[in-house]
Amino acid sequence: MIDLTPFWDWFRDLYAATGIKLTIFYDAFDRARFINGFFTSVRLMALCIVASVVIGVLGAWVQRSQVWLLRATMAAYIQFFRNTPPLVQLYFFYFALGSYLRVTNDVGLAVPVVSSFTWAAICLSLYAGAFNVEIFRAGIEAVPNETVEAAEALGYSRLRAYIHVILPLAFRISLPALNNNLVNLVKTTTIAYAIAVPEMLYVANQIWSDELNVSEMMNVLLVIYVLLVGIVVYVMGRWERAMRIPGYMP
Amino acid sequence: MLLLAVLVLSVYVGEAQAGPDTPSILATMLKWTPLLAQGFALNIAMSFLAMAIGTVLGLALGLGLIALVRPVRATSWVITQFFRNAPWLVLLFYCVLLMPFEVRVGGTIIPLPGWAKSTAGLALPVMANVAELVRGAVQSIPAGQWEAAEALALTRLQTLRLVILPQCVKRMTPPWMNLYAIVVVGTPLASIVGVNEAMTLTGDVLSSEGRTELLVPMYLYLLTWFFVYCYPIARATVALERRFQVS
Repeated sequence: MIDLTPFWDWFRDLYAATGIKLTIFYDAFDRARFINGFFTSVRLMALCIVASVVIGVLGAWVQRSQVWLLRATMAAYIQFFRNTPPLVQLYFFYFALGSYLRVTNDVGLAVPVVSSFTWAAICLSLYAGAFNVEIFRAGIEAVPNETVEAAEALGYSRLRAYIHVILPLAFRISLPALNNNLVNLVKTTTIAYAIAVPEMLYVANQIWSDELNVSEMMNVLLVIYVLLVGIVVYVMGRWERAMRIPGYMP
Repeated sequence: MLLLAVLVLSVYVGEAQAGPDTPSILATMLKWTPLLAQGFALNIAMSFLAMAIGTVLGLALGLGLIALVRPVRATSWVITQFFRNAPWLVLLFYCVLLMPFEVRVGGTIIPLPGWAKSTAGLALPVMANVAELVRGAVQSIPAGQWEAAEALALTRLQTLRLVILPQCVKRMTPPWMNLYAIVVVGTPLASIVGVNEAMTLTGDVLSSEGRTELLVPMYLYLLTWFFVYCYPIARATVALERRFQVS
C-alpha cells in the first residue's frame, strides 16, 4: 500500500492555516467511517436502481394482463406509492410492519428480522418501481401496434413477444423519463437517514457532532451527491445516445 | 379506481379489528385528529410557500437559462443543475443548520423559525425545477412566433412578456402541478430537521399512547391524509395534460 500520510497531512495543515476542518481526510477513524458510509450509500443506490427497474418491467407486464384483479391491484399499488410521502412509507415499513416481524434471540430479547438497510431498500425499490411501471407503460404504448401484430403473426406468445420485441423498443422511448426517475431515486436514498441506516448523510451527522465542522461536512456531502447523480446521468446519457435512431419520432 | 376506495375502507376495517382494548383504535385516531390536522395544515402551508417562492425565483432563473448573454446562461445552467441534482434532505439540512435563527435588519429582529428555514430549503429545488420547466416551455414555442414578434418590431423583453410567456403558461401547468404534488410529498422531510409537522406529531402521538397496535393504524392514517390530498391533484394534472395537449 502506498503511504498516503503526506496527502492526508495536507488537510491537517489546511486546518491549521485556514480553520477548514476536514477530519475525514486526516483522521483515520473519521476517514474509515465516512468511506463505509459512502459505500453503504452506493450499495443502497445500486440495489434500489436494479430492483426498481425489475419491478417496473414486471409491473408493466402485469398491467397488460387479461385478469382484472391483477390490473386493479397494480393500479392501486402505483397510486398508493405515487401519492404518499416516501418518508412516511419508510416509517410505516420500518416501525409499523417491523414491529410485527420480531423473533426472540437466544438471550431472550426481541430482535428485528429485517434490518433497517433492507427495509430502506424494499421501500425505496417499491417507491421507484411504482414510477417505473408508469414510465415503461408509456414506452410500451408507444410501440406501434403493427409491430405487436407482426410478432403475433410470426407465432410469438404474449410473453415471448413482450421480452423479445416490445420491451427493447419500449426501452428506447422510456429512457429519458427513466433517467429522470433514477436520478430522483438516487436523491431519495438520503431519507434512509431517518431510520438510522449508516449511509453518508447519517455518518456525516455523526462526524459533525463529534468534530463540530458542520459547514465543511455539508459542503463535502453536497459535492459528493452531485457527483454521484452526475455519474448516473452520464451513464444513462451514454445508453440513450447508443440507442438513438436519428429522425425516429414515435 | 373504485378498488382504491375499497382498499382505503378495508384498511380502516383491518385497523379496527387489530386490537380489542378498551379505548378502541378508531376512537384514539379520532381523538388525535385535531392535532394531526394542525400539523397537516403546517405541511400544506409550507408547501404553498415553498412553491410560491420557488416559482418566482424559478421564473427568473428560467429566463436566465435562455439569456442571450453567455455568462448569464452558463451561471444559470450551473445553478439549475446543482439544485436539481442535490438531494432535498441535504439541502434542508444545509438551510436549517447554516441559516441563522434570527436576522437583524436595521433596527428590527426577524426570527427565522425552523419551518421558515425548511420552507427556504424546499424552495431551492422547486426553483431549479421551475427553471427547467420554463426553459423547456419557451423552447417548445414554434420559431414562427419569435419571427412574427420580430417583424412587429417588439424588443426581446416585449416578445417574452406579450407573446411567448402567455403561451408557455398553458404548457407549464401540468408539470408544475406535478411538481407541487412532489413538494407536498416532500414536506415530511422537515420532521427530520425538527419542524413540528404532521410526521413529528404522529410520532409524538404514538410515543404518548405507547401502544404497539397503534403503529400500523396511525401511520396508515397519516398516509391516507397525504393520499387524499395528493390523489385529486394527480387526477387534475392528467386531465389538464389531456386538455392542453399540444400535438
